[in-house]
Order: sequence, then C-alpha cells, then structure tokens
Amino acid sequence: MLQLKQIEKVFYEGTPDEKRALQGIDLKLNEGDFVTVIGSNGAGKSTLLNVIAGVIFPDFGKVTIDNQDATFIPEHRRAQWIGRVFQDPMAGTAPHMTIEENLALALGRTKKRSLLPGVSSKRKKEFREILSSIDIGLENRLTTKVGLLSGGERQALSLLMATFTKPKILLLDEHTAALDPSRAELVTRLTKELVERHQLTTLMVTHQMDQAIELGNRLMMMDAGQIIFEANEEDKKDLTVEHLIAKFQEIRGKKMANDRSLLTV
Amino acid sequence: MVTSLYGAVEQGLIYAIMALGVYLTFRILDFPDLTVDGSFVTGGAVSAVMIVNGYDPFVSILAGGLIGFFAGCVTGILHTHGKINPLLSGIIMMIALYSINLRIMGKPTIPLLNETTWFKQIGTWWEQSGIDAAIFSLFSSMGMEEYMPKTFLVIFSMMLLVMIIKKMMDWLLATEAGLALRATGDNDRMAKSFSANTKGYIIIGLGISNGMVAVSGAMITHYNGFADINLGIGMIIVGLASVIIGEGLFGKDKMARATLAVILGAIIYRIIISLALRMDFFDASDMKLITAVIVVGALVIPVWWRQFRDRKKRMARKKEIDAQEQTHTEGASQIATTEAD
Repeated sequence: MLQLKQIEKVFYEGTPDEKRALQGIDLKLNEGDFVTVIGSNGAGKSTLLNVIAGVIFPDFGKVTIDNQDATFIPEHRRAQWIGRVFQDPMAGTAPHMTIEENLALALGRTKKRSLLPGVSSKRKKEFREILSSIDIGLENRLTTKVGLLSGGERQALSLLMATFTKPKILLLDEHTAALDPSRAELVTRLTKELVERHQLTTLMVTHQMDQAIELGNRLMMMDAGQIIFEANEEDKKDLTVEHLIAKFQEIRGKKMANDRSLLTV
Repeated sequence: MVTSLYGAVEQGLIYAIMALGVYLTFRILDFPDLTVDGSFVTGGAVSAVMIVNGYDPFVSILAGGLIGFFAGCVTGILHTHGKINPLLSGIIMMIALYSINLRIMGKPTIPLLNETTWFKQIGTWWEQSGIDAAIFSLFSSMGMEEYMPKTFLVIFSMMLLVMIIKKMMDWLLATEAGLALRATGDNDRMAKSFSANTKGYIIIGLGISNGMVAVSGAMITHYNGFADINLGIGMIIVGLASVIIGEGLFGKDKMARATLAVILGAIIYRIIISLALRMDFFDASDMKLITAVIVVGALVIPVWWRQFRDRKKRMARKKEIDAQEQTHTEGASQIATTEAD
C-alpha cells in the first residue's frame, strides 16, 4: 500500500545547523498493516509522516502509494489517499465551523468539491449515525461550533473525520499526547475501533512505549533519522517496555539516561 | 435632516456590496486585503469609460466587476505563489491599480451627467410603474410631504440587488466548495489535509471579494454621476467599519445572520457619517478622520465595556467575601471577649 525507498531529508543543508532528519529510510506497509513508530525527540518521526503526507518533499528517495509514484505529488492532492490526525487537538478541525460542516468538509477529501450544498438533510442523517458510532454525545450537537468542544472531543472528531471516508493510509502523529490520561485512553480506544472497523493501513507515531506495544501488528523504533529496530507480528506479541529499552541500548550502545525521560513508559 | 437620511441609506445599500466583499476576505479568508482601495475605483473607472463609449450601463457594471475580480486574483497570486505577506500584496496591488485606473480613465475624473447611468436607465421604467407616486400620495395623506425623498428608486432597486447578492453569498458559502473556502481561512493546515487546494481558494476568494468591491464602486460612480480617481482612498477602512459595526450590533453566529449584519452595518455607518457631517464643526474633508474614530470606537468600546463589566462583577464578589470575613472576625472577637469575661 505504502512504500518508501531510501528516503533522505536534510534541513538547513550547508549551514552549521545542518540536520540530517531522515537517512535512508526503507519502509513497506502492506494493506491492513498497523505500524506503531517510537523514538525520542528529533528521531525523525514527524519528518517521516510529513514526507508521506507530502507536506515536505524528500531530498532523495521515492514514495509509492498504492503502486503510484507519489514522491512529488503536492499535499492537497495526495490527501485523497491519506487521512491524518495531528498532535494538537486544535489542528484537525475548523473551529468556526459547525460539527456537520466539518464532517461535510471531510467528505470532500476523496472527491472533487461541487457547488451543491455541503450539508444536505440526507447527509445530516448520515453524520448523526456516524457520530453516534463513537458514542460521546456529539450526534446531538451537529450545529455546535467545533471551537466550543473540549480538546478530547475535538480530537475524537478529528479522528472520526480522518477515518470515516476510508483513506488508503491513516497517519497519526502523537494524536493522544496532548490529552489528559482519561481522554487519551478514550481516543486510543477509538483509534483501535475505527482502524479495525475500516481495515485501515495505519502508521502511528507515539511517545508512549506501552501504547506502541498495545496497538498495531508491527512496531518500529527510530533514532537519528534511521529505523533502528523493527518488530513484526510474531516478535511484537512478546515485546515489553523493558525489552524495548534494552534493545535500544544494545543497538545504540549508549545509556538511555536522557532518552528514557523523554520516552514515557 | 430626514431627506439626508434617505441619501445615507441609499449610499449605505450601495456600499454594502463592498462591505460584503471585505467581509469575505477579512473574516472568512482571514486575509486583510488592501486591494479594495484600488479595485473600488477600477470598477467605477471601467464602468464610466464604457458608458461614455455607449455600452449598456448594466453591462458596464458587470465588466467593472470582472476586472475587479482579476485584480483580486493577482493579489492572491502575489501572496500564494510569490510568498508575499498578505498586507504587502494588497498594498502593492493598490498602488499598481492607481496607475492602471488612471490609464483606464485617461483623466482623473469622468463626468457622467449627460450619460445614461444605470439608475437613469431603470428610472424611466420605475416612473412608469407608479410606485413612487403611490408612496408619495401615502406620505401626503399623512401630512408628511416634507419628509419625502425625491424618489424611492435607489432604495428599492438596491435593496433588491443587495438581497440577491447576500443570498448568493450565503448559498455559495454553504456549498462544498464554500465550506472548503471557509476552512481555508479558519484552519488552512486542516483544509489541506482534506484535499482543499488552499492556494486556489485564496486566489478565487480574493477575486470574488474584489469583484464585489468593483461592482459597488461602479454603482457609486453611477449614483454620484462621475468617476473619480481618488474615490477609493480609505475604502478598506469603510468596509471594515461596516463589518465591525454590523457584527457588534447584530451578531455573527450564523452565516446568513453575519452577512445581513454586514449590510446593516454599512447602512448604519453611512447614517453616522451623515449625522456627523451635519454638525457645523465638521467639514466634508473630516470624513476620513470621523471614519477612523468610528473604527477605533467600534473596536475598543466593546472590549473596554467587557473589562468594566467583569471588573464590577469581581469587585462585587470580593465585597461579599470581605463581608463574610468581617462577620467572622467580629464573631470571633465577641467569643474572645465573652471568654475573657
């Protein structure tokens, strides 16, 4: 479904601040794969998602989505295949538009937008059904402005908007990191449900090792712009947080004193 | 006095089209577009030149709007593809349009006194309809002859036209493409992640906005009976004043409500100006200063009022606590004295 070949990305090339964000990333996601990505700050996780989504273009390498070369297809055109949820709960929705208007906008991801009404009565009914499937009471607030929702509600809505049109690839960028524990748990549960329901091919970046182990069928660890460890479906079953930390020390041969504080257990 | 109010309402209705255009950029697209000062005149210039050359007045207004649309698109392209800051893109176009407008007009003013303007054109049909005569007889039957305007033509025709434009705008902003346009202004990162070509929407949005501004400029030219190169100076502030006054007085919760509020804001702004200019102290040349004061007032007064109200609330609450404390200490000292006794 998604294939990355030898992806390289350098920021501030040729200056003292030069940063090799991605160094030869090779990655292949098969249909239905749910890969969790962990790594400390600056490992290149977000850059990787941005390259896949087309926010930035790689300096070298090739991105293939559903057997099509997508390397230099701009973000807004690539979005027809990709659903995204950001870390910031405010980033995935339009605050001054109502819930139903936001959902209608999300519906336009996969097809050309027309001059027909965005929210028809038929769609309203559909939206209500879709919203009641996540069961947080939004189905009765279709005409509420999204800016009035709480962070948790907004993130749940973002997740729903990114998934209900069944994207070929779902990208989740630490989408529970900015929420309080109970809300984070809710969104994690929803993620699991929605990905299973729509059989989505998913790439999820997270800071939390236990979340990375709990969710998905594959796991990979990134450091300094490289994938340093991968666990397939078999290996992942027996993984524990202690395993992961030991693995990291073994591969990188350095103490995780700093990194450990960054990676929340 | 009353008759000058009719004039204010007439002008307010014509400027309302411009204010709706400003609303589209300022509020919907979150793009402070200064092209308006230039495109307003462009509409008038194109229309005036075409009338002088014998074109149909209504066609000339539409043509003016079309050229305004292109001017707005250029501002949009400067910003989206040239990566120029929004304010600067607008200022650049405003300056460029000043020269372009002079080129179009060939001279700083074009009088239209002996030409067939749109209002004159529909005026002949209006007189035949006899609506004016009917309303006038109503006025005189109530003994209010002195409060009669010369004609209701402008008010009626503009009310109809402005409502049509408002309805079209409400409809457009509720379509799938309209939702994407609004999302572009509201959260452009999110809009992009849902396949919206945000650059395209900014360009088209600025085009539509300036098209409306130019139509308004053309109609003002017809209304005034001349085109003037300096007509557009400070127009963006007039538009902004209308938007802010309208939103402040009539709310902005729903789209349809907000567009209506902007129209009413434009009319109220004209009424305020005409009342201010009736004071002996002010000259016609003070209009821009009055406008500036109105905008500052409309921006600042609600904020100060809210602060004042909140402060009063807080003070009242604090007094309650003070009172509680006092009774408490009084009680305590009473107990202390009784114990000492």
